[in-house]
Amino acid sequence: MLKNISELTGSDALIKALEYEEVEGIFGLPGGANLPIYDSLYDSDIRHLLVRHEQNAAHMADGYARASRKPGVCFATSGPGATNLITGIATAIADSSPIIAITGQVASDMIGKDAFQECDIIGIATPVTKYTYQPLTSAEVPQVVKNSFHIATSGRPGPVLIDIPKNAQTEKMKMNFPTKPNIRKLQQLQTADLKAIDKAADLLLNAERPMIMTGGGVIISGAFKELQAVAEFLVSPVVSTFKGKGGFSETHYLSLGPIGMHGHVEANKLIIESDVLLAAGARFSDRSVGKWDEFGNEMTIIHADIDPSEIGKNKNADIGLIGDIKTTLSLLLSAMGKKAQKRQSEYEWINRVNEIKDIWRSKPLPAPREITGPRLLKKMREILPEACLVTTEVGQHQMWASLHFDVAEPGTFFTSTGLGTMGWGLPAAVGAKFARPDLPVIDIAGDGSVQMTESALATSVTEKLPVITVIFNNGMLGMVAQWQRLFYERKYIGVELQGIPDYVKIAEAYGAQGIRAQSMNEFEKALKNALNSDVATVIDVPINPDEDVFPFVVPNTALKDMVIA
Amino acid sequence: MKNEYLISTVVENKPGVLYRTANVFRQRGYNIRSISVGELRDNSMSRMTFVIEAEENAINQLVKVMNKQIDVVDVKILDPKRLIKKELALIKIYVKDQKMIPKIRDIANIGTIIDESVNSIIIEVTGTSEKITDFVELASDYGKIDISRTGLTAIERGE
Repeated sequence: MLKNISELTGSDALIKALEYEEVEGIFGLPGGANLPIYDSLYDSDIRHLLVRHEQNAAHMADGYARASRKPGVCFATSGPGATNLITGIATAIADSSPIIAITGQVASDMIGKDAFQECDIIGIATPVTKYTYQPLTSAEVPQVVKNSFHIATSGRPGPVLIDIPKNAQTEKMKMNFPTKPNIRKLQQLQTADLKAIDKAADLLLNAERPMIMTGGGVIISGAFKELQAVAEFLVSPVVSTFKGKGGFSETHYLSLGPIGMHGHVEANKLIIESDVLLAAGARFSDRSVGKWDEFGNEMTIIHADIDPSEIGKNKNADIGLIGDIKTTLSLLLSAMGKKAQKRQSEYEWINRVNEIKDIWRSKPLPAPREITGPRLLKKMREILPEACLVTTEVGQHQMWASLHFDVAEPGTFFTSTGLGTMGWGLPAAVGAKFARPDLPVIDIAGDGSVQMTESALATSVTEKLPVITVIFNNGMLGMVAQWQRLFYERKYIGVELQGIPDYVKIAEAYGAQGIRAQSMNEFEKALKNALNSDVATVIDVPINPDEDVFPFVVPNTALKDMVIA
Repeated sequence: MKNEYLISTVVENKPGVLYRTANVFRQRGYNIRSISVGELRDNSMSRMTFVIEAEENAINQLVKVMNKQIDVVDVKILDPKRLIKKELALIKIYVKDQKMIPKIRDIANIGTIIDESVNSIIIEVTGTSEKITDFVELASDYGKIDISRTGLTAIERGE
């Protein structure tokens, strides 16, 4: 069914098409090549959130998408505006996050003539998007939008870029607003083959030492209840990849927390003992499972993922279950339920799991001083409500968060894992806050990361989306320094930030609240204050630069060879 | 172990498709040794045939990734046992010595002489890549050579 609207300009049609997609907000920055689009947006109910750098627009759209499970939309003008989006788009494809980036482009008769702010953004964005479109006439716009939203959100989600030449924005043509995408190869949602499900069910029910590894896919799909049901039916311990952290509540008795390069000791030790592993929405990243040819050689692997090209990519699976993880887990539960009763809650494996878990979890956190990265995170968990959203930047603080911040409510922890983008957390937090203004949103940050995108504070303040940034400030690029310490004989180069900038002053310069916390007491007060504040808060916490993150699975080594201290 | 693979794809016939599709190979460091593209009867689609060299254990994953591409309607590795593959080459021989001409006419029987001028002869050869390569070797004995090859195209026999 097509909705015929009489003649509209391309930019009016774009906005109308976005309204039909139920877009609530657009993060962007106007410029010459997208002025007509902005003019059309003026009269729309869709909210515009002005950024100060387009990279932030892309990260905000990404954070919004992860927190709402709806596609995020960002606008940029041509040339440098468009190229500024690329880091954000690359971050989104690496983490399978659905964003739609809409860029203005010079008029089609200027393309190829090195016009002002002309840039081949389609060429640049092709390797980092699921797809790109460049509608050359305005009448093409509505179908392009419909197609883009379909591509971004179905199958394995990811970013789509639409580049609209100025003439396609301004010319008035008869418009049709299609209700369906017209892609020949629609992203078919495969469902796992029932015979394979049956085999997997048998394997899991007969496993002596079952293990579930929950990955990012469970969070993207919102398959929390299904995962919990499967785990509880099998009485199987659950580890997560780092991207999958929070797909299963870390306060649940079956949770072992994250595995991987900076995963829990008990998780790394126990996953390699399992005989049947269900990998749910995970991709066997080297960061998660260590050296591939040393992982899982003695175990039966059931790999459930929506992307068929992941099965067998890094690790061979004994059974592949291709499809949306939510559906797969439901089918698995159903198949198991027909064959057997829920497993009894005490058996040899689970007893061993609990024993190992207790040994490692009862070790006290080293406390060489009052404030350490890990202790700060434990304190944060104490003070923060269970219902809150957490993002992180990239670095030591991020890995300490992996290790020491237990995610209670599933699907509330977000971090840039695929690309590992410093500066992602703050704008992503702003985007997440737009999605969930009712929840506190906290960015766990390092002093190196924040300055990459600190202008997101301006948006947080002007758009009244207060977020809390906790800066683990060691005056260093901490993770790089750690690697220089461990692998380059302490030859520190390029890692000393020298305490510049003063983050309290930066916060205040942006109209936010800036608090320096130099004791645990001060930190507690600052965080409680921030939770009650209507304005963004930056809490700057000085920490010692000599701390290393352990345990550590050194690159190209096996999980069993993790360095514990 | 590296093998040569013929990957036959059916793709949307639109601008940018070759770029995005070829990029799948480039990104992974594969060299495209040969490529041919032509429209299908339904000219909203084209067949793109690639010849690449790849490790045996990498090729299946590559095909799965190709299959994910929005513009790739179909992709398969052609079965070498059931394959008909051909290439066309235009070979121009710059004739140094007029006395060579009868000999050139002789060897040109493998293909067709499609053009002659005072100093040059152009021969069209169709066949396997090996046949063409060998002919070029042979022809180069008779003078300077210019050559333009189309790249392999292929189709499976039977069902």
